[in-house]
Amino acid sequence: MSNMVKLTINETAVEAPAGTLLIDAAKLAGIEIPAFCYYEGMSLQAACRMCLVEIEKAPKLMAACVVPVAEGMIVRTESPAVVKARKTTLEFLLTNHPLDCPVCDKGGECELQDMVFKYGAGESRFTEVKQHVPEKQWSPVVFYDGPRCILCYRCVRVCNEGMGVGALGIVNRGVAAEIAPSHGDHLECDECGSCIDICPVGALTSGAYRYKTRPWEMEHVGTICTHCSNGCKTTLGVRNNEIVRGNNRDRSGVNGEFLCVKGRYAFDFNHHPERLQTPLLRVNGKLEEVSWSRALQAVVEKFKAGGKAGVVGSTRIANEEAYLLQKFARTVLKTNNIDHHRSGDVVTLLDSLSGKTATLGTADDCYNAKAVLIVGADLSQQQPFLANQIRANHRHHKAGIYVATPGAVREDKIAKASARTADGNWLPAVESMAEKLKGEKELLVLFGDSVKGEGVRKLVAFGESLGIPVKYICLVDYANSRGAMDMGLLPDLGPGYHAVEGAPGLTLPQMMAATDLDLLWVVGANPLARHTLASSKAFVVVQDLFLTETAQRADVVLPAASAYEKNGTVTNVCGQVQRLKRGVETVGAKTDLNIIGLIARGMGVNLGKVDADAVFAEIQKTVRGYNVPLPVIVTGGAAQTMPVNGRVPSTVLPELIQSSRDTLFTTGTLTRYSKILNEVMEAPGGLYR
Amino acid sequence: MTFSPELEARFADLLTHYPPGRQRGALVPMLMYAQDEVGAVTPELMAELAKRLDVSVLQVDEVVGYYSMLHKKPQGKTHVQICTNVACMLRGGAELYDHACKKLGIGHKQTQASGVFSLEEVECIGACSWAPAIQLNYTFHHEVTTDKLDQLLEGLQ
Repeated sequence: MSNMVKLTINETAVEAPAGTLLIDAAKLAGIEIPAFCYYEGMSLQAACRMCLVEIEKAPKLMAACVVPVAEGMIVRTESPAVVKARKTTLEFLLTNHPLDCPVCDKGGECELQDMVFKYGAGESRFTEVKQHVPEKQWSPVVFYDGPRCILCYRCVRVCNEGMGVGALGIVNRGVAAEIAPSHGDHLECDECGSCIDICPVGALTSGAYRYKTRPWEMEHVGTICTHCSNGCKTTLGVRNNEIVRGNNRDRSGVNGEFLCVKGRYAFDFNHHPERLQTPLLRVNGKLEEVSWSRALQAVVEKFKAGGKAGVVGSTRIANEEAYLLQKFARTVLKTNNIDHHRSGDVVTLLDSLSGKTATLGTADDCYNAKAVLIVGADLSQQQPFLANQIRANHRHHKAGIYVATPGAVREDKIAKASARTADGNWLPAVESMAEKLKGEKELLVLFGDSVKGEGVRKLVAFGESLGIPVKYICLVDYANSRGAMDMGLLPDLGPGYHAVEGAPGLTLPQMMAATDLDLLWVVGANPLARHTLASSKAFVVVQDLFLTETAQRADVVLPAASAYEKNGTVTNVCGQVQRLKRGVETVGAKTDLNIIGLIARGMGVNLGKVDADAVFAEIQKTVRGYNVPLPVIVTGGAAQTMPVNGRVPSTVLPELIQSSRDTLFTTGTLTRYSKILNEVMEAPGGLYR
Repeated sequence: MTFSPELEARFADLLTHYPPGRQRGALVPMLMYAQDEVGAVTPELMAELAKRLDVSVLQVDEVVGYYSMLHKKPQGKTHVQICTNVACMLRGGAELYDHACKKLGIGHKQTQASGVFSLEEVECIGACSWAPAIQLNYTFHHEVTTDKLDQLLEGLQ
């Protein structure tokens, strides 16, 4: 390539594209230039002086984070002068830095510690007393310890540029300089904890994690966040069978290191004192704790007795569990009365895109598409990772952002055009942008639940009329909302969106309204929070983590494992399959897969081998689009499902599709039991924009 | 928050000095002129300028904290700034500052109860050639001795 620049770093010939920063060119060549303030993807700061290198013919040491490569440049990154400079820089950084590493949360994974270890600043020439200011608490999740801060501005930039919130700044100067929160003494922000995550030292610490453990005493388990549909990888820090931290410092998932407040902190529902640990059976009108065998026996008897059954599946159980549940319902209970809480019209989208290729958007597209149109969704509240991708796309690629939403959204600030929609009628707003959109090279459309049924077809027709390549993402609410549909938790469609055998079954509202229902089996859902159950004679079996409204009406409640306690797979909003990995063991609960298997065994029916891997193998073989490469998933990657390319024979009314309109601080039942989410003052959301 | 017509006119003129979309650049002079009129950079003043320049209050706070000429608390009628940086220190700046502390009965960044004088030990004010230098409000005084300082301060009582 002609625009490659040749240079020499540490006597090694290196080639890098013109414009590459020296620090990145060195990284490409496997040479580490240390830095605190430099952060990939953020604006340049050149504040910390750690990346100083020797460049031949330059009169003094240069900061590699702001020097672009040049032809013939000869660079030394570890020469005696450089090493001395770094050692001195560290000596300065340590003038007021307390050496409280033995109790600091960051100890063991601190970048300052690592640097001092490497370059050594074992002696200090400063004899003055260290300046000390007391630690401050800015929110339930963010604490700031000023003396530890090295003023690298990473937190300020990640909040401003990364999150688009701008809740942090630096006030005062010199030795008195410190990070300050947006509202004087406290923060009003996303509470995402990115500032804590990105902090190279222990200046910003997390309310959930501080003083709980030493980093090396945790096991780190990479699994998928069980809250919204974005499918972020969260690496759980587990100690003594308790989750104490969630982050993704290894950038292993689709989300890189991004996590919102839910992914980072809302694992605490898992250890909530009200978690169900024992099966409950209704005896003389009251739910009593019973043994698993007794509870299962009661279920088996009723299931064997037959009658009119209804099955409600979940938007957060694993694909394997959803698949097995519908298989059980259809082959054992012999009913198509199976449904779940639907939050986006994926079905109509797939049908309208029948015959077209490369029309389903991915999380990568959110970052790479030249233009993005958001219809009827407050992304930064409801789809935080996709919103982050879009902000990064705008920041790095100057993508054109178009917004058509009922209210003001954060994306307005970066939008080329924003229009407000009224009464769910989004079409005029979208059409008003048609001319501008036609000028773009390609477009990614993300749409919420106000676009459904015929609306989806109109939106696709509008996309066609632009004459540019258009991709679509149908937004859904929950961790496995997409998987629930793909696995066929629908009355009219089986796995892979095939029409069911026989007549379509009852939808969720129809089941609730049926006065003659004999049996209702609810797995990981809480329909009675929104509906009333018309049939008083129905025998209700509920599998859940908590005694929800639905569980309170149940005749048998079976305590279920959370996503953090099971293996399996989930499918995110973009149709990417990722693996759940068990982080903690259950105490009394069992996974839904296990429970379904036990019920089947009790009834003497054979559903095949009931373990997550075996069921996934069956899904790969039988569910359209799921023949994804297993190694990708097993190694913790995200495998894109093939879009279903063909007509989808749906009979279901799109009116049933209703997003919960969650905010950053809510997602259904689980977040009600998250102490942290309920403590932050922004909850339940919408406090600020 | 409202300002005098003169200050408003000055603001209006100031904003024309910056290219479109970069009006926030006027923040520092606006803060300075407004401080002269209001007496201090109050929270209301910061909120008002933040609104006018479409920046966050925190961003205004960052600027206010950075510049030593901007004060969140009211200063004395005469704000005495004495440089003790190297050039001034070598020529008696430190002694001058100690003298001022004793004479005025206040220390660094303090204001007399009467509100007449406030004192601040400052870094270089760019008058090294005539060290030691001090600043009384916006006026510079060069090669100041303790006697000269006494005369200056007494003249301002």
